[in-house]
Amino acid sequence: MPSFALLGQSVLSGVFVGALYGLLGLGLTLSWGLLRQINLGHFALVFLGAYLTFQLTAAAGMDPLLTLAVVAPAFFVFGMALHGLLARFSVTPLNTLLVTFGFMVMIESLIQWIWTADFRRMETHYGDVRWKIGGLFVPLPELLTLLIAVALALGVWAVLRYSDLGKAMRAAAEDAPVAAAFGVNEKVLALLLSGMCAAFAAVAGTCLALSHTLAPGQIYAWIGVVFAVVMMGGLGNPLGPLLAGLVVGVSEALTQALTAPAWAPLVSFTLLIAILLFRPGRFE
Amino acid sequence: MNLFRHAAALALPFFVAMPHAAAQSGAPVRIGSTLSLTGPLAAPGAIQKVASEVFVEDLNRRGGLLGRKVEWILKDDQSRPDLARTLYEQLVTVDKVDLIMGPYGTASILSAMGVAQRYNKILLHNSFGTPRLAKYEMQFSTSGGAFDIEEVWPNLVFSAVASAPKPPKTIAIVTSKFPSLQFISVGAREQAKKRGLTEVLFLEWEFGNRDFGPIASRVKDAKPDLIWVGATGIDGVLLLDAMKKIDYQPPMHFYMFPAPGPMKKTPEARNALAFTTFEEHPPFTSNPRAAEFIAAYHEQGAKAGLPDTSVDLLASICYSMWQTLEAAVNATKSIDDKTLAQWLRKNHVDSIMGRLEWDGPQNYVTGKDIYKVKQLQDGKWVVVWPREFAAPGAKLIGP
Repeated sequence: MPSFALLGQSVLSGVFVGALYGLLGLGLTLSWGLLRQINLGHFALVFLGAYLTFQLTAAAGMDPLLTLAVVAPAFFVFGMALHGLLARFSVTPLNTLLVTFGFMVMIESLIQWIWTADFRRMETHYGDVRWKIGGLFVPLPELLTLLIAVALALGVWAVLRYSDLGKAMRAAAEDAPVAAAFGVNEKVLALLLSGMCAAFAAVAGTCLALSHTLAPGQIYAWIGVVFAVVMMGGLGNPLGPLLAGLVVGVSEALTQALTAPAWAPLVSFTLLIAILLFRPGRFE
Repeated sequence: MNLFRHAAALALPFFVAMPHAAAQSGAPVRIGSTLSLTGPLAAPGAIQKVASEVFVEDLNRRGGLLGRKVEWILKDDQSRPDLARTLYEQLVTVDKVDLIMGPYGTASILSAMGVAQRYNKILLHNSFGTPRLAKYEMQFSTSGGAFDIEEVWPNLVFSAVASAPKPPKTIAIVTSKFPSLQFISVGAREQAKKRGLTEVLFLEWEFGNRDFGPIASRVKDAKPDLIWVGATGIDGVLLLDAMKKIDYQPPMHFYMFPAPGPMKKTPEARNALAFTTFEEHPPFTSNPRAAEFIAAYHEQGAKAGLPDTSVDLLASICYSMWQTLEAAVNATKSIDDKTLAQWLRKNHVDSIMGRLEWDGPQNYVTGKDIYKVKQLQDGKWVVVWPREFAAPGAKLIGP
């Protein structure tokens, strides 16, 4: 019989990793659902953000969270430029997959050229802080990731649901010509949204650097599970990846705690298939 | 006068280059290989690239092979065995290289071995973790590992920890399902049982696992005296991170092939054990060739941006592979694949790691090899076992 500490700590671990899945999936779900762009380059941007956080922290002595003041705006501009390029050549949704895969490979090569293929590990005071609450350990970097993921998902959800800007974005995604007839500037909104998605990649990168050792090749390790989380959560729904991420993260963690850890990767895809089977209308 | 100056200017490079040209004549010896320069095995690939470059540069300075310059043709297999197979085909059929050298990692080496067999090429390789699968008669491992590594390596570790002030009685074996690591870890289970160590936990995870929290919790719950971690690359550091987060420090911990740089920087890795074939201290550095290699590798590694430029297992097994080729070519005065293979089967090569031999089953040796156990002491990796290879004054630190 597994101990309370083992179960509790595993669930907590699943919650934390699930929050990271959600954070990684936030920009992806928005660009896929609202811009009709399947942006594989998002994963490479996350890692580029992580490496920039590492660099600014190691070389310039900046606090990892403060690096976002530099990295996020830069990524925002990059995101807008990327969308401008895709729009200029009228790249179809399926082709965005291919084009952004190219971006991903280019960014991976850039990362490897600058930081080499070897592992990079960010040393910060955040890594040493953890609290013991009721027999369970709560590490600060993971807690920060969870809080940031929840705050961003709720914030974006509120903006999309209640603000005029958000309503216009949703309207443009639903039917651009009709939205334009009502005065919605679809092109500007798309640029803004693409910039936001890239900025979210920067945030996810900082959280990744806080709790993980980095290597360029690891970009690919996250794609499968984050795609599953995004699809489970519903395209364009900012709360979806977080909720699905938590479900997948906790399921994976419990699988590792109670059965063979090697079965954990099956969990996310089994859940995805189950959802596709039982809710087939959702992705039409 | 001007004409004389022009003629002198044109002739100067020829005279400057003459001693070099005299030493190296004829077409270059073209040696082809792939390495995992990108993908999940890119970190060890980067180390082996630098080690190879250092060797080839030095070799050419010394006159090359058979008086001919050596041209090393390197392709990126992206850590993909399927691509490695295609690239080796290209190297043999399109690039028409004279010799091929092995890539990094068991799966890619197995792919290259298939191509080598098809074209009757000798294949030297340095990181093949499942010797029983190496059935091609012209393949030679230069890693210094035994044929029966699943017995020899666990016994090496268990002998080392038995020398600790308080030897372990219980063991947790946790391993990646990366083929060779899992194979050796399963061997460790058998050997632990034979030595009377009680197994309190056995776990496997998929290569590329992202969350080590639950595994760390299970290890903590099992309370082992010793953890055997069948991990390569960053997995060991990730597990250590996860254990730190739950305030757990294992009494004794062994990691099969950790990324040495990041491990060194992890405070929780203190007293961690790992395999090695070479470390930067005597008796290894007493070999002048090794000392030269270390100096050159530090310089080239820094230029290549490697975060850790220490010479250890990965760099030394690669360097020894090239040393083996050079020794065989010089001894036979030939680059013919069959001639080289015949010579290697009957002879030994003294590499910077120690003596390499191939006179056992499937060109391996059995029952013993040149592997050692190192420990992270005061932020430095030092060999602690066998005792005759231990760093001066170093002893295994136990609980």
